[in-house]
Amino acid sequence: MNMGELTRPDFPILRRVVNGHALVFLDSAASSQKPTAVLEAMARYYEQSHANVHRSIHTLGEEATEQYEGARDAVRAFIGAAAREEVVFTRGTTEGLNLVAQAIGRTLQPGDEIIVSEMEHHSNLIPWQMACRDRGARLSAVPVVDGAYLDLAAFDRLLSPRTRVVAFGHVSNVLGTINPVAEMTRRAHAAGALVVVDGAQAVPHLPVDVSALGVDFYAFSGHKMLGPTGIGVLYGRRQALEALEPAWGGGEMIKEVWIDHAQWNDLPWRFEPGTPPIAPAVGLRAAVEYLDKLGMARVAAHEQALTARCLDALTPIPGVSIYGPRNPELKGAVVAFNVEGIHPHDGAALLDQRGIAVRAGHHCAQPLMRRLGIPGTLRASFSVYNTPGDIDQLADAVGRIRGEL
Amino acid sequence: MALYSDVIRERFRRPRFRGRLEAPDAVFEDVNPLCGDRIRIECRVGDGRLLDARFTGDSCAIAAAAADLLIEQARGRPVEEVQRLGVPDLLERLAADIRPSRMKCVALPLGVLQGALDGKEVAR
Repeated sequence: MNMGELTRPDFPILRRVVNGHALVFLDSAASSQKPTAVLEAMARYYEQSHANVHRSIHTLGEEATEQYEGARDAVRAFIGAAAREEVVFTRGTTEGLNLVAQAIGRTLQPGDEIIVSEMEHHSNLIPWQMACRDRGARLSAVPVVDGAYLDLAAFDRLLSPRTRVVAFGHVSNVLGTINPVAEMTRRAHAAGALVVVDGAQAVPHLPVDVSALGVDFYAFSGHKMLGPTGIGVLYGRRQALEALEPAWGGGEMIKEVWIDHAQWNDLPWRFEPGTPPIAPAVGLRAAVEYLDKLGMARVAAHEQALTARCLDALTPIPGVSIYGPRNPELKGAVVAFNVEGIHPHDGAALLDQRGIAVRAGHHCAQPLMRRLGIPGTLRASFSVYNTPGDIDQLADAVGRIRGEL
Repeated sequence: MALYSDVIRERFRRPRFRGRLEAPDAVFEDVNPLCGDRIRIECRVGDGRLLDARFTGDSCAIAAAAADLLIEQARGRPVEEVQRLGVPDLLERLAADIRPSRMKCVALPLGVLQGALDGKEVAR
């Protein structure tokens, strides 16, 4: 049985009817749906074990702490981090990237350089703009060539002894391009720069081993990988994390406090001020276990087959343009496209009339849209619960909307 | 009511006021942060009236139809009156089921026209 058909019953929301049609959910790159295992784990936690974590000397507090820290161990194993100290819980990818950009930002000198890419989500661009602006550092971007790939020769030319950070996405949220993280990391390290990777579109879809990739920092979100909103992960290689001053202060991130100074807590809590998202961490663990049971290599193969089917089905439709790599092996679970004469928002509204949910717009990647010379795109994206039938329904509907406006 | 009315389809396919003016007295353009759509409106103003206007830009059918209807409604009227026009005036003429998520598409051309008449500068 296809993985989509096998897993669909685990996702209650997929039984919904939208505008008179059975829901076809093709917007998982924005946020995925949640299996019952995740919903139940969070409900069980709230019903039986909730209390604040870490300094509670009572049974519930101990259970909550055990579950929260247990989630960290599960995530560590899932992404191949060397130690639990390297796994910092955040509220999401955006917060993780901001944390690194602010902490590194404070150490920037005028004339230092930061390199991003032209295909970045605004989350991995704006924090670096702010860091550079505050410290007189210079921001440059690796250009996108052939409408799909990062120009690695241009990357080499941008790298210099002044390069402090290279920040880029593992998988583009628009083009789906899988960037050569290990190779770019090798080149960045040779120039003495730190590497910060936005993994939001990779961890839910591909086997990811942060240690093997060799990166310094790697951020991703729970809600795109079948987990709840409000939880994310910032992986930091131990030496890289230890070199950072905490970005934010509060409870839990300290060991000892005086009126005029404080001693920071150990890793990873140094970067987790305040009461953390405990129930979301419990939900994330259930999501990780769900994905682990399916096996990430099988998830990737399933989604690659869906991407291939989608490319094959959309390509022959008159007036359809597709963006990003055409080879599904070089692409994540996302297909961005336009229909001639139909604005993406109108396209998405017309598809929604048939119960088909896709994303439309600039996908928080305006510099990329400018490079592609378009205001926006439609975007279909896939997860474990999508079926070949979902793709066929999309293609059928896309073929019809052109006549409707 | 339908999502896309005949009015919207007709105005989107065959707009009456899409284009540019020679030597306009006032120009403004703005983007819809929701989708990055851009609408530009050029105006001729005289005697306290909006004498003529044209719009250009990449936008969805709703924003394009709203811009076209707005210009039709506003041309020849005193600037003061145009400044008092609101989204409800346009909604009535669009005659469609505009969802809350698309209300900005209707508001964009209105804000652009009124911005032009206020003498707003185009952001770069």
